[in-house]
Amino acid sequence: MLTFILKKIGVIIPTFLGVTLIAFTFIRLLPGDPVLLLAGERGMSEERHARMMAEFGFDKPIIVQYGTYLNNLLHGDFGTSIVTKQPVLEEFATLFPATMELSLCAILFAVIVGLPAGMIAAVRRGSPFDHTVMASALTGYSMPIFWWGLLLIILFSGILGWTPVSGRISLMYFFEPVTGFMLIDSLLSGQPGAFVSAVKHLILPTIVLGTIPLAVIARQTRSAMLEVLGEDYIRTARAKGLSPSRVIGLHALRNAMIPVITVIGLQVGVLFAGAILTETIFSWPGIGKWMVDSIFRRDYTSVQGGLLLIAAIIMVVNLVVDLLYGLINPRIRHTE
Amino acid sequence: MADAVYDQQLDAREGGRLALLKEFWSYFCENRGAVIGLAFFIAIVIVAVFADFFAPHLPNHQYRDAFLKPPFWQHGGSLTFPLGTDAVGRDILSRLIHGARYSLFIGCVVVSVALSVGVILGLIAGFFRGRVDTVIMRLMDIILAFPSLLLALVLVAILGPSLINAMIAIAIVQQPHYVRLTRAAVMGEMNKDYVTAARVIGVRKLRLMFVTILPNCMAPLIVQAALSFSTAILDAAALGFLGMGAQPPTPEWGTMLAEAREFILRAWWVVTFPGCAILLTVLAINMMGDGLRDALDPKLKRS
Repeated sequence: MLTFILKKIGVIIPTFLGVTLIAFTFIRLLPGDPVLLLAGERGMSEERHARMMAEFGFDKPIIVQYGTYLNNLLHGDFGTSIVTKQPVLEEFATLFPATMELSLCAILFAVIVGLPAGMIAAVRRGSPFDHTVMASALTGYSMPIFWWGLLLIILFSGILGWTPVSGRISLMYFFEPVTGFMLIDSLLSGQPGAFVSAVKHLILPTIVLGTIPLAVIARQTRSAMLEVLGEDYIRTARAKGLSPSRVIGLHALRNAMIPVITVIGLQVGVLFAGAILTETIFSWPGIGKWMVDSIFRRDYTSVQGGLLLIAAIIMVVNLVVDLLYGLINPRIRHTE
Repeated sequence: MADAVYDQQLDAREGGRLALLKEFWSYFCENRGAVIGLAFFIAIVIVAVFADFFAPHLPNHQYRDAFLKPPFWQHGGSLTFPLGTDAVGRDILSRLIHGARYSLFIGCVVVSVALSVGVILGLIAGFFRGRVDTVIMRLMDIILAFPSLLLALVLVAILGPSLINAMIAIAIVQQPHYVRLTRAAVMGEMNKDYVTAARVIGVRKLRLMFVTILPNCMAPLIVQAALSFSTAILDAAALGFLGMGAQPPTPEWGTMLAEAREFILRAWWVVTFPGCAILLTVLAINMMGDGLRDALDPKLKRS
């Protein structure tokens, strides 16, 4: 197991170095003078320009610049935002719980709905239920989620007036963030109605962000289940006279779960991409909206830092999924 | 004499190909959804090609006396503007019809660029292995470490927002999938007898790669091409929606949605129809893709 872990980590390190290289070159590839871009000024005097060049380190050889950049990263310095003059890591850390809360709710929603739907569809293969699930899953998979979000807003906020249009909680409530998770903080605040308000704000974004993972999970569960149901040991279990619910719930489900878990792990990247759109539509103050805003504000140091941090998170999650997968399934661990 | 034998073989192969195509078609037709998807897709292609003929109005013409007209079945709507008009009095149906051109164009360009670059890199990696392989695959891992839409956004920020740059960005983001697929397929074929035979005869490397091996790796690539065609349309629309793709007044569906956003609670039709167009097109292509996969993937074929 240890060699397996080390091997996985050995692959991740060069990839991460490559990611830092991309984040590093990003600012240097932008059209225009990098000093003017980073200082956020126009028409700077010659002398000041030279001084700024030295300050940002652009006068040194590119290798040295990259070395300094890596060194700063190792010391937790991801740069300073051009617009707010705050450390990028700090801004990221304050916004991250919002994205995390939304993503967790979305994946939970996707699993709670998608898993049973895929299972029942597989067990009742060819039934109208199966056809409905598969058609809905394909539709969900093809969904432009930015439009889906707008439609839900028209229906639930515009026509029915059930849910708010944007934000994380009603402006009526105010309390200091403890965990950064609005659901928990609103409960801790003890203000009546705060929790309900947080839940109401969360419902639509959760559905929108969870739609594609839901579709993928339902499809994957169904096909994994179908494959397992055709195996000999299932026939044996049935022949032994075990009840159908026991055969399906215990024997089949356990083995069908392995590919499904991998798929759930792979959704992290999808969730981040989806968060960019979902957060923009619902003005959700998370990482996705922050990245889009930073691009539009030409806050390139924030974009650079955000890019790196998001890639790092995805890589770590993928590593954890890989390791878990190896833990559950010894066959993976011992190949090669 | 030798020529005659060769011709005979060629004939046999032609017949074989036809039979193969027939077999493929019968498997494809087993999936009713795939046939519906294909029919719908062909319809979209026809509409896009003859957009000038089908569209009742010019896509960018502003009718000053018809702002935000509802579709014809609602009170206040008329058949002059079947699906209503937008905030500056442009006919939505005509814009949607012309928008089909952009979406199909985006899909075609992205898939051809990503496919050709990805296949070449994948072939090189799978054929030569060793250090070249490691370098190429690490590069692809790096691209895959970013969420695709985010990387595309950042690339567009570097290149400047426009439709062409959005297509380049999406193609770059998509090609690692082709590289991985091609490499895996090539590695599977490398140890087979026909490749060894070709090597022994002394077939040159380039010919071996592109003529001997590549045609046998096509099945997964075709399926991937269909899937990435629809992803390309979705991603381009998303970039357009974020203001980083095609720029107004281009009648691209995502850009139309972005322009319509502020009217969502006043005029549902400006928001609803462009999204429907995206969803139906992507859905049709994905249905087709599922059919292609069932028909081409021998592992799933008879299950």
